[in-house]
Amino acid sequence: MAIQTQHTGSDVTPPPRKRGPMEGIELSTVRPAGDRIGYAVLLGALALAATLWLAGGLNVVLAAVVGFLVYLAGVYTAYRVVGGRRVATDHVMRGLVYGAFILAVLPLVSLLWTVVGQGIPRAFHPDFLLQTMNGVTGVQDEATMQEGAPMVGGAYHAVVGTLVITGIATVLSVPIGLFTAIYLVEYSNKNALSHVIRFLVDVMTGIPSIVAGLFAFALWAMVFGIGTKDALAGAVALSVLMIPTVVRSSEEMLRIVPNDLREASLALGVPKWRTVAKVVLPTAASGLASGVTLAIARVIGETAPLLVAVGYARGLNLNPVEGPMNSLAVYAYYMFTRPLNPGFRDPSLERAWAAALLLVLLVVALNLTARLIAKLFAPKTGR
Amino acid sequence: MSKRIDVNDLNIFYGKFHAVQNVSMTIEPKSVTAFIGPSGCGKSTFLRTLNRMHEVIPGGRVEGEVLMDGRDLYSKEVDPVDVRREVGMVFQRPNPFPTMSIKENVLAGVRLNSRRMSHSAADELAERALRDANLWNEVKDRLDKPGSGLSGGQQQRLCIARAIAVQPEVILMDEPCSALDPISTLAIEDLIEQLKEDYTVVIVTHNMQQAARVSDRTGFFNLEATGRPGRLVEMDDTQKIFNNPAQQSTEDYISGRFG
Ligand SMILES: Nc1ncnc2c1ncn2[C@@H]1O[C@H](COP(=O)(O)OP(=O)(O)O)[C@@H](O)[C@H]1O
Ligand SMILES: [Mg+2]
Repeated sequence: MAIQTQHTGSDVTPPPRKRGPMEGIELSTVRPAGDRIGYAVLLGALALAATLWLAGGLNVVLAAVVGFLVYLAGVYTAYRVVGGRRVATDHVMRGLVYGAFILAVLPLVSLLWTVVGQGIPRAFHPDFLLQTMNGVTGVQDEATMQEGAPMVGGAYHAVVGTLVITGIATVLSVPIGLFTAIYLVEYSNKNALSHVIRFLVDVMTGIPSIVAGLFAFALWAMVFGIGTKDALAGAVALSVLMIPTVVRSSEEMLRIVPNDLREASLALGVPKWRTVAKVVLPTAASGLASGVTLAIARVIGETAPLLVAVGYARGLNLNPVEGPMNSLAVYAYYMFTRPLNPGFRDPSLERAWAAALLLVLLVVALNLTARLIAKLFAPKTGR
Repeated sequence: MSKRIDVNDLNIFYGKFHAVQNVSMTIEPKSVTAFIGPSGCGKSTFLRTLNRMHEVIPGGRVEGEVLMDGRDLYSKEVDPVDVRREVGMVFQRPNPFPTMSIKENVLAGVRLNSRRMSHSAADELAERALRDANLWNEVKDRLDKPGSGLSGGQQQRLCIARAIAVQPEVILMDEPCSALDPISTLAIEDLIEQLKEDYTVVIVTHNMQQAARVSDRTGFFNLEATGRPGRLVEMDDTQKIFNNPAQQSTEDYISGRFG
C-alpha cells in the first residue's frame, strides 16, 4: 500500500529512483495518468494551428503540420512529467498512429465529398436516369445555359451498359476462377502444375487494365475483323482482370475450411467431388460470395479497356454482340473530355459528375452486398 | 451388422517415412478393441488404414493386407468410398458440419450421397441414430438448430450418431474423449458399451483406465525411438494385458514406468 500511494496521482516530484529487483537494471516508473491532459494539449495545438492559418496567413497544410508537431511535443513533455517515460512514449505513438490514419482517410473523404457535392444536383433527376444521349447535341446545351431551357440527355444507356458488361464478365470469370481455386486447393496436392498456375495468376494480377482491353480488341479483330467492338469484347477484357482476383480470394476462402470437415465427410463414404460440392463450398459460401462481389466492384469502374474494346454509344444498345455499348465510366470520361458543346461545358460536366456519383454508389452498394452476403451465408453457430 | 478384420503384415508410409511396421492382428466382431501406446507410435495412422482414410493424406501409402470377412480392402476392385461406408469413423475433435442443423448432420452420410429418402423415413432414421447415440432426449426439441451449438460431449455423440446413421459394420474411434470433460467421457464410454452389441468397435485411447473399462481386447503399440516406425508390441485380452502382459515394455508402459 505504502508504495502505491507514493506513486499515484498528482505527485509531481518524481519519487527517488530505486534499484530494481535485478542488479544493474533501472526500472522506469509508470504512474497512472488520465487522458485529460492529452485533450487539453490537443485543443491547444488546434488553436495554435487555427491562429497560424487564419491570423498568421500560413498555408493550411503547413499550419496543420506545425500544430501536429506541437501536439506531439506537448503531449510528450506533459506526460513525461506526470506519468513517466513509458506513458509519454505511448501517447506520442498514439498521436503518430492517429495522424497516419487521418492522412490516409483524408483523400477518401475529400473524394466522396466532391463527387457527392458535384453529382447530386443531376444524378437523381428522372430525366437523367431515364434518358439516353440519343439526339442530344451541343445546341440543346447552349439553350440550357443561355435561355434556361430544361437540360436533356441522361445516362440510362450507360447504367444499363455497365450492368450488362459487368454481368457478362462475372458470368465468365466466376466459374473459371472458382474452379481454378477448387483445383488448386482440393485436387492439386501442390504438384508442379499448381505452381505454374499460381505463378500465372500472380502475373495476371499485375496486368494493366489497358492491356486487357487491347487483348480483347486484338482478339476480336482477329476473329471478327478489325475494329469490331461490342459488349462481349469488353466483358472478356474485364474477365481478364477479374479472374485472378476471384482465384486468389476463393483460394484463400477454401483454404480456411477446416480439414476436419473434409475428413468427416469422406469418412462417411461420401465421394470427394460431393464432399467438395456439398461440404466445402457451402462452408466457404459467405467468403466466396463476398470475394466475388468485391472482384466485381473492382472492375465495374474500369474505363480504359471498355473504351478500347466496347467503344462509345450515344443510345441504348441491349445487344452484347452487336456494336458499341455505353457504360458509366466511359460516359463520364467522354462527357468530361469531349463536352457536347465546347463553348458551353457546364451541362456536360454536370452529367460527368452525376455518372461518377452513380458509379460510386454502385460500388458502395456492391460492398454492402458483400457484407450482407457474408452475414447471411456464414455458418450458423450458437443455440 | 459387424465384421471381423484380419490384418496381415501391414506397413504404412507417409511418402518416404515408414510410420508403422509389420502389423498383424485380428479384430473380433461385436467386441471393443482398444489401442494404447505412447504418442507418435502410429495408433491413429493404423486406425485410419482400416477405412482407407490414410490415403487421403498426400503421400499416404500402404503395403500388406486388411481383410474384412476375407475380402481385402486394398485390392484393386475395392472402391475406397464403399469401404468408408462400411467402416465409420469418429475423430478426436468433434467435427459436426457447421452449415447443417442437428438433424441434417445426422442424415449427412445419406443426404450427401443423395440417396432418395421420404420425409418420414428420414425422421425415423435420425431418431434411431440419435437414440442409439444416447442423444435423442437432449436434442429432440431442437433438431433444426445448428449442430455447433451443442456442448463438446453432445457434439461428439452427434458425430457418433452421424457415423452410425449410415449403418456401418465397424466403427473406428480415434481418442473420442480426449477433448471432453469427465461426465461427457462417461457418457461416451457407456455408449461404446452399448455399441458393441451391434458393431465392431475399435478405439484409440490415451487413457489406460478407459481401455481397461471399455475394451475386450487391447493392443499395445510402441516405437523404439523417434523417427523409427511404430510396431504392435502385443495384443491380447484386456484382462491379460493389464494384469499379466507377456512383454516387459507393455508392463512398463501400463505401470507408468515408461520414459
Ligand atoms: N500427415 C502426416 N504426414 C507425415 N507424417 C505423419 C502424418 N501424421 C502422422 N505422421 C507421423 O506418423 C507417426 C505416427 O503418428 P500418429 O499415428 O499420429 O501417432 P499416434 O496417433 O499414435 O500418436 C508420427 O511419427 C507422426 O509424426
Ligand atoms: Mg493420434
